Amino acid sequence: MLVPVIHAGSVADNCLVRNEWICPLYVQTRSSQLLAALQEHLLVLVLSLAIGLVVGFPLALLARRSPWLKSLVLGAATLVYTIPSLALFVLVLPYTGLTVTTVVLALGMYSLTIIVRGVVAGLDGVPSAVEDAARGVGYGPRRLLWQVQVPLALPSLIASLRVAGVSTVALTTIGAVVAHGGLGNLLFAGLDTRFFAQVLTASVLTVLLAFAVDLLLLALQKALTPWRRGVAA
Amino acid sequence: MSWLLDSLSFLVDGSSWSGRGGLGARTVDHLGLAALSLLVATLVAVPLGLWLGHTGRGGALAINISNIGRAVPTFAVLVIFVLLPQPFGANTPSFVLALALFSVPPLLTNTYTGMREVDRAAVDAARGLGMGPLQMLLRVEMPLATPLLMVGLRIAAVQVVATTTVVGLVSTRTLGSTITAGVATQDQPRVVAGALLVAALALLVELVLAALERRVGGRSSRRPTGRRRRAGQLAATTSSAG
Repeated sequence: MLVPVIHAGSVADNCLVRNEWICPLYVQTRSSQLLAALQEHLLVLVLSLAIGLVVGFPLALLARRSPWLKSLVLGAATLVYTIPSLALFVLVLPYTGLTVTTVVLALGMYSLTIIVRGVVAGLDGVPSAVEDAARGVGYGPRRLLWQVQVPLALPSLIASLRVAGVSTVALTTIGAVVAHGGLGNLLFAGLDTRFFAQVLTASVLTVLLAFAVDLLLLALQKALTPWRRGVAA
Repeated sequence: MSWLLDSLSFLVDGSSWSGRGGLGARTVDHLGLAALSLLVATLVAVPLGLWLGHTGRGGALAINISNIGRAVPTFAVLVIFVLLPQPFGANTPSFVLALALFSVPPLLTNTYTGMREVDRAAVDAARGLGMGPLQMLLRVEMPLATPLLMVGLRIAAVQVVATTTVVGLVSTRTLGSTITAGVATQDQPRVVAGALLVAALALLVELVLAALERRVGGRSSRRPTGRRRRAGQLAATTSSAG
């Protein structure tokens, strides 16, 4: 029986041609493109978290010095966190242009606000009896911080890192507006060209990346706080 | 800082606000979509949270849904909904559904937590007074859970105003499209004006609802105990940006 196919022979029949949502051939043929997008996504994630940690940790220590500093820092953190990401990208834009720096700076600021709160909450939660005991056996302020307070604040610190990491992975996609959204670029392009396989693959990869980051940081917390084994995270 | 002055003069210029693509129409559209999405999410999440909290079932779901909501990019869901066949597509129901999905987690988690943290002694006393389950829910548990419910509402509201901006990436609606159109045409004042307006809206919603929270939450039923709960609250009490 003759099947009427236009240009039979010149057009292959596969999931790419049929524009299907689930298409293993897409992953096979565009793996280098996917890897490049994933790489940018990871770059943004690592740099944003690094900014958040490097700036956020000292800021949290500063905030704990006096009540008014604390309300100032935490208030500013809430203020920044309220600004929608698309707006934040654009407010950094005049200085950094259409570069990956724009995305990193904006998302670094979000991570910063989450991490500051996490560190402050963690340090506030250290029982004062433990601090007194450490002082009593002769710990100076520096040793008290690094050997007693920080280890006990680690679960809260890493909990905030997990929140920041997972949100950063999701929000990076919006960086597509300045052409540096990692997997978000593929979403943006896939929307224009109605390329279903590209949209679904990029979406699934983003979610998987977020969960992977979450699990990795959870494993890090388990490794760093062996005395809490057996306690639910 | 000349770009800031340019965008401020763009903001005060009456002609920027008029017309179909003007700031006025876009702001109304933005707030309309956000409000509708929040309403849909509240109608689903609050009764569900009250019921789950009252019966004490589905705790894992109510807690974990926040983590899942954070991991899924709003942008991805919006793109998928726009590309799906009818009744999806670039239309209001698609956008409202997508935005409502992301407003459910903070509402559900906080309503559930609020219900679970109601003092058991109060519930026992109500039962001892002969209250039925519905009466107990409406007159004892719900009033005591209201402070946390309001926290959930504030977080969801601020978040939905923020995520509505993302609709501008997939369509020519909301203040987000003022930003994306400005980026595409390198119209800096328009871009920054849109961004400032959206940021101001989000802050306004945060401030108004925080004030409302303080008025409603006079009798707090929250008794934070222990590190574990504090770590959980970190996630639960911050308004997430979208």
